[in-house]
Amino acid sequence: MSVAIKVENLSKAYQLGEIGTGTISRDLERWIAKVRGKEDPFLKIGEANDRVVKGTSDVVWSLKDINFAIQQGDAVGIVGRNGAGKSTLLKILSRVTAPTTGKIKVKGRIASLLEVGTGFHPELTGRENIFLNGAIMGMRKYEIKNRFDEIVDFSGVERYIDTPVKRYSSGMYVRLAFAVAAYLESEILIVDEVLAVGDVEFQKKCLAKMGEVRQGQGRTVLFVSHNMAAIQKLCNTGIFLHNGQIALDGDIDKIIGKYLEAGSSVTHSVYEIPKPDTPDIAGFAYRLKIEDTNGNLINEIPVGKTWQVRVEFTLNKPVKHFIIALGIVNSAGVNLRTTWSNKADLEAGNYEAVFKEDQLLFAADTYHLTLGLSSYERAIHYVENVAAINISDAADSTLDPSIVRTSGVGVLLNPMNIDISLLQQKRQNLID
Amino acid sequence: MVIKQQVKKYPEDEQWDMVIEPYNNIFDLKLKDVWQYRDLLWLLVRRDFVSFYKQTILGPLWFFIQPLLTTIMFTFVFGRLAGISTDGLPPALFYMAGITAWNYFADCLTKTSTVFKDNANIFGKVYFPRLIMPLSIVVSNLVRFGVQFLLFLVVMLYYGVKGTPFHPTWAIALFPIVVILMATLGLGAGMIISAMTTKYRDLAFLITFGIQLLMYATTVIYPLSAAPAKYKWLLVLNPMTALIETFRYGFLGRGSFSWVSLGYSCGVTFVLMIVGIIIFNKVEKNFVDTV
Repeated sequence: MSVAIKVENLSKAYQLGEIGTGTISRDLERWIAKVRGKEDPFLKIGEANDRVVKGTSDVVWSLKDINFAIQQGDAVGIVGRNGAGKSTLLKILSRVTAPTTGKIKVKGRIASLLEVGTGFHPELTGRENIFLNGAIMGMRKYEIKNRFDEIVDFSGVERYIDTPVKRYSSGMYVRLAFAVAAYLESEILIVDEVLAVGDVEFQKKCLAKMGEVRQGQGRTVLFVSHNMAAIQKLCNTGIFLHNGQIALDGDIDKIIGKYLEAGSSVTHSVYEIPKPDTPDIAGFAYRLKIEDTNGNLINEIPVGKTWQVRVEFTLNKPVKHFIIALGIVNSAGVNLRTTWSNKADLEAGNYEAVFKEDQLLFAADTYHLTLGLSSYERAIHYVENVAAINISDAADSTLDPSIVRTSGVGVLLNPMNIDISLLQQKRQNLID
Repeated sequence: MVIKQQVKKYPEDEQWDMVIEPYNNIFDLKLKDVWQYRDLLWLLVRRDFVSFYKQTILGPLWFFIQPLLTTIMFTFVFGRLAGISTDGLPPALFYMAGITAWNYFADCLTKTSTVFKDNANIFGKVYFPRLIMPLSIVVSNLVRFGVQFLLFLVVMLYYGVKGTPFHPTWAIALFPIVVILMATLGLGAGMIISAMTTKYRDLAFLITFGIQLLMYATTVIYPLSAAPAKYKWLLVLNPMTALIETFRYGFLGRGSFSWVSLGYSCGVTFVLMIVGIIIFNKVEKNFVDTV
């Protein structure tokens, strides 16, 4: 396989703050430095691009010394936090803006979809806009004409095709715009997070189309998204950008894992529980671990994977009628479940309790845990919000294939038994 | 597979279709790209034309109404009230010749000078040869100019039938050149201004007001022969003067035509165009970051 895109030492600096009267003196200073053959004084002091930390300089490196190569036919997922440089990279690749230093070498035509409906004119009809938008993205008129019916068909807005697009709903607008892009003839397709709009059915259609573009036609796809499920479905390789630099690249599953781990600052796999300052306490939990069912520590649980919580606790004296309980609360604050151990009489010492979740299939979300130790149903040690568990959108391979979506569909995903049978007999009766 | 943090040496003969680099070659106009996108040019022209009269009752008639009203107003204000000479021509004909030609130049200049600002949104999202935009402006204004020119011919015919004395001269053959020069002059100057206003918008304030002033410094509402000698040099320095005068001389047989002043206009146009292209080319790559 040959290389389709090769990026060499790519950097891009941006100037922060407002451009106004103050900037002209700086521009002069830079210009003088340039004339005298010196290095640009403002690029020298540029710092890594961390959106959260207030820096000392006005120049940031949105991308800094990026190197990578993409093979022809690969689908590359680009992930990273907001401001990590994803869009900048795509902008440079689509030639919207130029790099500050470095080079990109490309084999083949690039079609980029940084935004859907670029250049749509509200006054023009859907038909006119298909032609205009197609031409803006580099299609010749006859190419659009040849594919016109397919485009309209894919968009599903046939009825409105001769209505000005300003009368369209935003969903219809996006449908039409994506449809044009989907039929671009190019060797490389660049797609920024544009699928966020549009309904579920259409999102699926787009993803399927993009998959088809890659596998069927052997085209290279670059895809930026925060939707890990979409990335996982579509891409085979990935790049994880962090503060303008490549944190990791390679196999997509590793990338997603790393990204989720880095992004979920709220979740850890081990939680140290602060010792309660109650004097003469009978017992307390001091550590909680989140693990997969093989006992490996795990930060982020793909939907469908079984998991367990291991709690380590100390009893200072013998405790009778001891119960340890665990509660699970979802991100909306709804108590979902509490589970209690069988009561037992325990001697003083260090113990561990393992809560194994292998029945309920929680939807993707962040869950908070509540822990309680009690004797005769009176609390010894009770901690709310002791730990957080992140169940991620990226589904485990063992997930029941009948599950269509893993988030926004309620709390539990456990499938019901559904029987579908033909009702021919009864229907006929009805007709009679 | 993605290869990380290593720059492999590829054989020299590796063929790349495109190399993205920080700077453009300043004279590289990418005309091949422009040609590739020629359909876009036509569609943009069509868009401008169609969207101009969408949701109006009179539709394309508006293309005629504007210059007609201006001519009537000029005839009234400058001809009747101020009594400025029209070189012995019927005022309506005289003003219309001036306005038709001037409007084309002025429209090209004002629209081109805000091309980066007006299209920042679309330029920021998709690549196509940036030159397409100013070119489409020049062409779609050419369509409007054509319509207004037709109107001018109709008025000419009217006066011809009426027997008013005016004599088209051989210089009418220079008409295409005059149009090209006006377009190029507007395009060149507009591109310079547009490139300069991407970062600092100050010039943008000057342009709408400046174009008005420039009209009075061009022989639109008075003939060159009627200009006071003291300021004549200023009018002669203005490259638009020779173009308007040639236009009038060609169609109406009045006006000061000279090869020297036309040659001077050519020279200025050429220089402005080259400078415009260089600046435009330099700015187009990064203007998205500062506009």
